[in-house]
Amino acid sequence: MGNNENILVKMSNAGILMNDKWLVKDVSLEIHKGEIVTIIGPNGSGKSTTAKIALGLFEKINGHVDRYTNKISYVPQKVLIDWTLPLRVIDFMTLTQDLESDEIKYSLNLTGVEHLMSRNIRELSGGEFQRVLLARAIAKKPELLVLDEPVQGVDFAGEVALYALIKKISETLNCGILLISHDLHVVMSATDYVVCLNGHVCCSGSPVDVAKDKNYKELFGERSSQLLSIYEHDHDHVHTADGNIEKSEN
Amino acid sequence: MFDDFLFRALLAGIGIALVTGPLGCFVVWRRMSFFGDTLSHSALLGVLLSVAFNLNISLTIFAVSSLIALILLRLQKTTNLPNDALLGLLSHSALAVGMVVLGFLSFIRFDIMGLLFGDILSVNVYDLLAIWIGGAFILLVLWYIWKPLFASTVNYELAEAEGMNPERVNAIFTILLAALIAISIKMVGLLLITGMLIIPTTMARNLSNNPKKMVILSIIGGLLSVFIGLYTSFEINTSSGPTIVVVALILFILSLVGIRKKNYG
Repeated sequence: MGNNENILVKMSNAGILMNDKWLVKDVSLEIHKGEIVTIIGPNGSGKSTTAKIALGLFEKINGHVDRYTNKISYVPQKVLIDWTLPLRVIDFMTLTQDLESDEIKYSLNLTGVEHLMSRNIRELSGGEFQRVLLARAIAKKPELLVLDEPVQGVDFAGEVALYALIKKISETLNCGILLISHDLHVVMSATDYVVCLNGHVCCSGSPVDVAKDKNYKELFGERSSQLLSIYEHDHDHVHTADGNIEKSEN
Repeated sequence: MFDDFLFRALLAGIGIALVTGPLGCFVVWRRMSFFGDTLSHSALLGVLLSVAFNLNISLTIFAVSSLIALILLRLQKTTNLPNDALLGLLSHSALAVGMVVLGFLSFIRFDIMGLLFGDILSVNVYDLLAIWIGGAFILLVLWYIWKPLFASTVNYELAEAEGMNPERVNAIFTILLAALIAISIKMVGLLLITGMLIIPTTMARNLSNNPKKMVILSIIGGLLSVFIGLYTSFEINTSSGPTIVVVALILFILSLVGIRKKNYG
């Protein structure tokens, strides 16, 4: 992990005890500028809860969380827009921030949904809405970006492209990203540090280290660690939609 | 001119419609119509207390309604009871306590119908001042908290994560509702305030594709209801509050004709 000047969030043994039951326990992690930290884990393992602890959405937590920035953007796992509220994409973009129309267009363009700008949010498909959520989150150039399953409902080609975009965002904005995902193999390639969660931290480290960890194999099975190997070789080719392999240009 | 009761009623109605438009939008967006009922039921208690202890009526209603609103916010945090149960509990308790208090005040002649449905003839210059000064204050505060309130209406956690304070603006919003009820009870009556809040707004929803347009249309709908409703009640000698609400209902029905599918995204 990076040095201390670039630290954005530090969680020390953080956890939530609700009705005598630990939702998540003893999570320690740090997020630094320009770094992508990914939390993976099975359903109900406390991934979203951990993200919310990092964001400070709980009043009472065990342990400590220190945040060193207030330029934070959040993509929640679920955003339901009530029918009674007529909301266009352009209205949604300026929900918590004031934006020039150039900025709105630019970030919608980055996630490939500029053409949806004046559409009603409720008309969008799941994947389109996910792209709008991401565009809104990056529009004001945050220092910390928390993404809770940001590619759900996005088609596979789009998924790979969006993870590539997330990687690019962390590089160009030099922001720290806390990414929550359950699709392991795609996300592994675009991450600097992985926290494997199952009510507590099972294992953590670089993607390669985590994939070799026996706790990780126990949690996700042998096959998932083999999946990772796809991403350990040098990528000098691209897989086209019809299954052919082409030499990539770089 | 202020001696003319119809003119006073018109001024009062315009003042109220300007406030119910934007507040009503938030009430509908946040699914709080039952909450409006709870607050206005508690206003009965406020009216009776003001009569019993000879206090300013608007201020007493405001104090009692605010108190009920804050109790609700507190109960929401400390109990696991669902929202509608809590609202029902507070609403009917306030109504029942109010009626019991009314029993003790049997020596006072009391126009209960006027209280329930509004009494246009009783609007005096002080009520007008309360409506316009109070209304301006409500709109000013609403303008100030608009962005965080709107963001937390769309998604509470997102607003909180991105540095807004949804809990505080929610509390302020409920106080604003209490204030609206306090200033409008004489005009519309406590049973019909929620109707004034949500009927022009639902009409506006049918004709809008964005939030700003919906707010503007619900103000226009409220103003039209007041103009037409007052004129009609004067001409055919009906109660003003119910007549205004009936006009709002007719506007809503007309808006169903104007629905375009695009607004139903």
